[in-house]
Formats: sequence, structure tokens, C-alpha cells
Amino acid sequence: MGKVLKEWIFTTDHKRVGILYLIGSIAAFCLAGIMALLIRAELTYIGPTITNDPNTYNVWLYFHGAAMILGFQIPALTGFMANYFIPLMIGAKDVAFPRLNAFSVWLFFMGIVLALLTFVVPDPPDVMWTGYPPYSVITTGNTALYTFTVLLIGFASIIAGVNFLTTISFMRAPGMGWNKLNIFVWATGAGFIIQLIFVPVLGTAVLLIAFDKYLGTNFFDTTTGGDVLTYQNLFWFYSHPAVYVIFLPFMAIIFEIVATFSKNMVFNYKVVVYGGIFGIVLVSGEVWVHHLFVTGMPDWIRIGQMVTTLLISVPVGLMVIGLVGTMYKGAIDLSKTPMQYAMGFIFLFLIGGLTGIPNAIPSLDLHISDTYFIVGHFHYVMAVAGTFAIFAGVYYIFPKMSGRMYNETIGKIGFWLSFIGTNVAFWTQMEMGLEGMPRRYYDYAHLPQFESDQMVMTVGSILIGIGFILALGNWIHGAIWGEKAPDNPWGSNSLEWTTTTPPPHGNWPEIPTVDADWHPYNYKKS
Amino acid sequence: MFKGFDSKRRGILSTFLGFGILLPQTSASIAFETSQSTTINDPAPGFDELWHTVMVDISVMGVIFAAITIYFMFKYRRKHPDQVGDAPKMSAAQAVGWALIPAFIFMADDFYLAAKGWQLWNKFREVPADRMEVKLESGMYSWDYTYPNGVRTQNKLRVPAGKPIMLRMTSRDTIHSHYLAKYRVKEDSMPGRVTYLWFYPKEEDIGDRDNLVTCTEYCGVMHSYMVGRVEVMPAVEFMRWYKQEESKLSQNNNNAEDNSTATATNIILEQEV
Repeated sequence: MGKVLKEWIFTTDHKRVGILYLIGSIAAFCLAGIMALLIRAELTYIGPTITNDPNTYNVWLYFHGAAMILGFQIPALTGFMANYFIPLMIGAKDVAFPRLNAFSVWLFFMGIVLALLTFVVPDPPDVMWTGYPPYSVITTGNTALYTFTVLLIGFASIIAGVNFLTTISFMRAPGMGWNKLNIFVWATGAGFIIQLIFVPVLGTAVLLIAFDKYLGTNFFDTTTGGDVLTYQNLFWFYSHPAVYVIFLPFMAIIFEIVATFSKNMVFNYKVVVYGGIFGIVLVSGEVWVHHLFVTGMPDWIRIGQMVTTLLISVPVGLMVIGLVGTMYKGAIDLSKTPMQYAMGFIFLFLIGGLTGIPNAIPSLDLHISDTYFIVGHFHYVMAVAGTFAIFAGVYYIFPKMSGRMYNETIGKIGFWLSFIGTNVAFWTQMEMGLEGMPRRYYDYAHLPQFESDQMVMTVGSILIGIGFILALGNWIHGAIWGEKAPDNPWGSNSLEWTTTTPPPHGNWPEIPTVDADWHPYNYKKS
Repeated sequence: MFKGFDSKRRGILSTFLGFGILLPQTSASIAFETSQSTTINDPAPGFDELWHTVMVDISVMGVIFAAITIYFMFKYRRKHPDQVGDAPKMSAAQAVGWALIPAFIFMADDFYLAAKGWQLWNKFREVPADRMEVKLESGMYSWDYTYPNGVRTQNKLRVPAGKPIMLRMTSRDTIHSHYLAKYRVKEDSMPGRVTYLWFYPKEEDIGDRDNLVTCTEYCGVMHSYMVGRVEVMPAVEFMRWYKQEESKLSQNNNNAEDNSTATATNIILEQEV
């Protein structure tokens, strides 16, 4: 036992590092999910329901948001999936800097530990995942935990970015040109480019809060010449691109799954890569003001960034066309759990993506900003669509990773419960927002008309919870008691399925080479 | 301030080119301008209209994509285990076409919505000259209003029906957001900055108990209890109240001058919301 533990702690194998990322991010997901259910329980009825202390509720809200984004989605996609898939997909024995890779996962675990201290310290942070000053500076809550959680996880992500961009650039299998990379490799690489450009800005922003709060500087204190909006600009200058750091890999994993289960070439591959993925990288840094549409920013920038924000629809639209087009004349197998999650993802993403359009228009944002509408919108487009993609990805790679099969029936029941629950909960939430329900409310005593909707939402969230628990249980059960998995259960053409199951340290005895007509999505010749 | 879409300029443009297809528009803008002294360009109905347009727009797009996805899902199901996809190889022209044509459709739609949104934006930001300006200072956890004559109220914004109200807002502690759901408008109030919004209370809003002011920017432990109410009053009644409070205020001030120890307590605490 001690030996096994030591092997895992000191591992530099990209697959084990990936699994460590998965364990950490799933732990964060479970805790943040429990917070979500506590939040829903509190809001089911008017007045105090399960806690009498609004501050306790605010800490749940803080933890739910911060842990889901920083502890679950970003690490599960750019940590676990990038680690597990990228070297296997490009035919490399490991990443370029394996020890740096191990360092990054342990930094991430330190970040998780700091986040968990929320439940131990007497003054837990209550600054929401955005940490806006002046509140984050004047609160009695412990903002330092927020700052250093962000810094550690951000630093882990910068290291991973350097590592993977080097790996993708220099360690591709002989014969693998740039136009033969999997969509996932392209998209995650693009996500890391965004991380490298923008994470330092976030680091600066949260560090300045800590300076203001603990060292007595005045960056955000208006009485001595500071400005409250500086933080919001810095924060969203990173955090909107961060949405694409999450979006690009999760969209790409759906591409992999749809292509595999349709056994078809990705529709318009080059346009998806150079127009879609890099189009998003291009616009990602020019749209952050749409988070500040109601903060009295100058009119010219609100109007200007309305236009840039609406133009995001062009690269995203090209990717969606590529995704749906991949099914055209395919040989689609809908009977497998990952493919069902992928199909569910498309519908959630359509609803979530399109409801982003009213949010992009400042004159409509004056009404819906900071209401349940925006919360419903991003839970559709990012939170649940992203989680569906992560779950689809884990189910997809599960046989390769664990060497065993999961249970299809449980997998599908889990999918349908969470799919229905999502629509029940978040559609209702968007309607409430449109009727004027503000976000981050502990109690809605003066808005009693929303009580029945809140109850519906709680029911929806319970369905989501059961669906996700079934999936998690299915993985644990499958990893221990599942049937042995073949090397290539889905019949995929991509390189990661050519190694044995589970892959040994170093992945292949010999580095694979690919020939001229090989392409990860070319099924016709074989 | 963006003037590109305001009615006055369109009027001038129309007089220059005042024939052909622009003729109906010209007469419309002239009619509008003559009655402008009494007509207020209320943005709230414009919101509902644009919202409807955007909903139709995104529903059409969503339904098209969803229908195609569902059609493909069933049309191209795998018939036997060894079947592989049969997508035709695209020529360079087809590939470029499949990029440019959708891109232009999306862009056309984007610019259409942007133009509509900008038009409405100007309505929200151009405050009618014939307005009443109320100062708002927000704080944890109340909305404190100061009227032009110095009368102050807390958590209750009394306004006369038929008069555009402009709020000039700031905050004494952290960021709050003054949200008037009924008038489809909100704007943050922040320390060290002054922001504004305006809205148009109407006769039919009189007696509406649900005309609330809620805080939509998380501001601390009592955030969800930071609530006020807009009380729309008939103009005559409002003036009576307004004058009455004004005289109370001046009395208080006189008393304060007479007796230096007296403190002017002119905040009317009305928190029965």
C-alpha cells in the first residue's frame, strides 16, 4: 500500500498525473455540488429554510462558484483531459517536461487544500467567485484564501500551458503534420495560449485585493484616489477569456466523441480549426466589458463591445456547424453513454449559447444583468454543458484509462436524469430572471411570486444531483468490478486507441509513425 | 453620448433628402418633433419590443440547428457494426463557402441586432430635458434619496406620474446596483463614481405595491434584504407631499439655527416594504 501511494505521489507519468487531476477535480466537484444542493434547499421556501445565517449561505455561494470553475472545470479539462489525451493523441511517450507536470498537479492540490480551509477557518471568505472590491476589502471574511487559491491554481495552469504547448509543438509522432492533429489537441493548445496571455492579469488583480486588505495599499479605495472598476476590468479581462479556456476543450472533446461514434471525418476540419478555434482566441480578449454593461462604463466602449461580443457568434457558429456537420452521412451509434452525453450537450449548448445573445446587447442587459437570467444562461452554456462534456469525455476514455467497462444502463439513466433536471432547473431560472429575480439572494421575502418557481428549480437540481451521483458511482464500480475492456472498444481511428489497455508507462514500446493518408478522422480507407 | 440614431438628426437628414422612400419617414419625424414637448421617449416598452425580436431571432436559429441535429441523428444511424461514415470530400471552394456564407449570415444578424440594440440604448441614456433629478446614495443596506429641494427619503422613492425621473447615483461603502424591474433598468452605484439612470413612471403605476427597488450587486450579508419601493403618486398629490416635506425641512433648519444643539433629522424613515 505504502509503495503504491509513493508511486502515485512521485509519479511523472502523464496518465497518472492526469488521473490525479481527475481525482482532485472530482473531489472539488462533489463538494461544490453539495453546496449547490444546500443553496437550492435554502431557496426552496421563503425565509430561512435550512440556515438562519445569511453569511453561511454566502460562504456556500462563494465555494460553489469558486470550486466549480477553478477547482473542477478548468483542472478537469486543462489538467486531466489535456494530460491524458494530448500525448496519446500526438503519439508521444510523455509530455515535454514530466517533472514540471507533476509539480503543476501538486500546486493544484495545494490550491484545493486552501479552498477547503474555507470550512475550517473562523472567518471563511464570502466574496463570491468574482471577489469584487470594495466588498472583498472591507469584509471581515478571509479574502486571502480566495487570493491564494486563485494564485496557486493559476500558476499550475501557466506551468501546464508551457508544458503542453512545447509538447504539441515538438513531440508529434513522425509523419503527423499540423493538419493531422485531433481537434482536441488544437483546441486545448489554443486554450493554453489564452491562459498564458491572460492568467497573469488575474493574478495581478487578486494580489492587489490582498495588498489593499492586508498591507494597507489603496488600489481600490476611492477616498484616496483608487478606483473600484479597475479590479472588474482586470478580473474580466482574464475571466472572459477563461470561459473559452473551458469552452474550447469541452467543445473539442464533443468533436472527438461525435467523430468517433459517427465514424466520420470532421466537417470542414480546417475551417473549424483556423476559423473556429483561432477565431475565438482572436476575439476572446476584446469582449470583457459585456460583464460591466451596468457599471457606468463610457458609452463608446459599451457599444463597441456589444458589437465584438455579438461577433463571437461567428467562430462559435462555425464550430457548431462543424460539429453537427460531422454527423452528415455518418454511421451514428447513439446507443453508447458518451454519445448520449454528447448529443445532450449539443442541445444544452444551443440553448445556453443563444441566450447569450440578449446578454450581449447592453440595452437588454440593463434589465437582465445580475438577475437569475444570466445565472441560468451560464449554467446552461458553461456549467452544465461543460460538465456534460467532461462526463462524456470521462465515459469515452474510461475503458482505456481503467482497463474496464462501465455499466451502459446506469450511464444512460444518469444522463437522462441530469439532462431533464438541467432543463427543469435552469429554464425556470431564466424565466425568473426575466421577471426580475436578482441573483445571490439568501431570501426572497419581498418577491413571494417566485416561491413556486424556486421549488421547481430545487426539484430540477435534485434530478441533476441524482444523475451525476449515478455517473460517479458507475465509474467507481466499473473501475473495480467492470468487465475487461478491449484496446479499442469504440473502433476509433485516433492514435490514443492504438496502445494497449490500460496504456503502460511510456505509452507504446516504439513511438508510432503515421503515413500520408492517415488522419485521426479518416475512416474510409480502413 | 451616441447621437447616431436620435430622431432629430434623422429629421434633418430627411429634410435634406425629403422625397422618395424617405418621405413617409419625414412626415413621421416631423409629427414626432412637434409633439416632443409632451411625448416622452420611454425606453421600457422598447425593451419589451427588442426582447421579442431577439427571442424570435434566436429561436429560429436554435430550432434550425436542433432540427438538423435530430434529423441527422435518426437519418444516419449505423445500420451494421462495420459501417463507416460516408461524408463526401469537400473541394476547396465548398470548404470556403461553408465558412464564408454562414459567417456572413451570422454577421448580418449580429449587425442587425447591434443596430437595434444601439437605438434602444440611446433611449435609455438620453434623459428627457423635462425631468426631475433625484440624488441616490446607497449604503449597506439602504437606498437614500435626496430630492432637488433637499427632502430626503430612505428606501422609498416617491415620484409624480408622468414625469421622467433621473437618478444620479453614488455609494458610501461598497458597490450596489439599483434595479427597477418594472422599468427594465438598472445601474451600479459605486463609491467614488457617479452613474445615472432614468425611468418614466406612468399613471397606471399608481398604487402598484410590487414596484420594487432591488439590489442586484452582491453587497454583503443583508444583500437580499436591501429593498426599496417606487411609489408613483398623482402629480397633484406628489406636489402636496413635496411642499409639505419642504416646509418641515425649513422649519427644522430654522430650529437648528436657533438651537445649535438640535440635530436636523430630516430623513423620513419609511421601511414598511
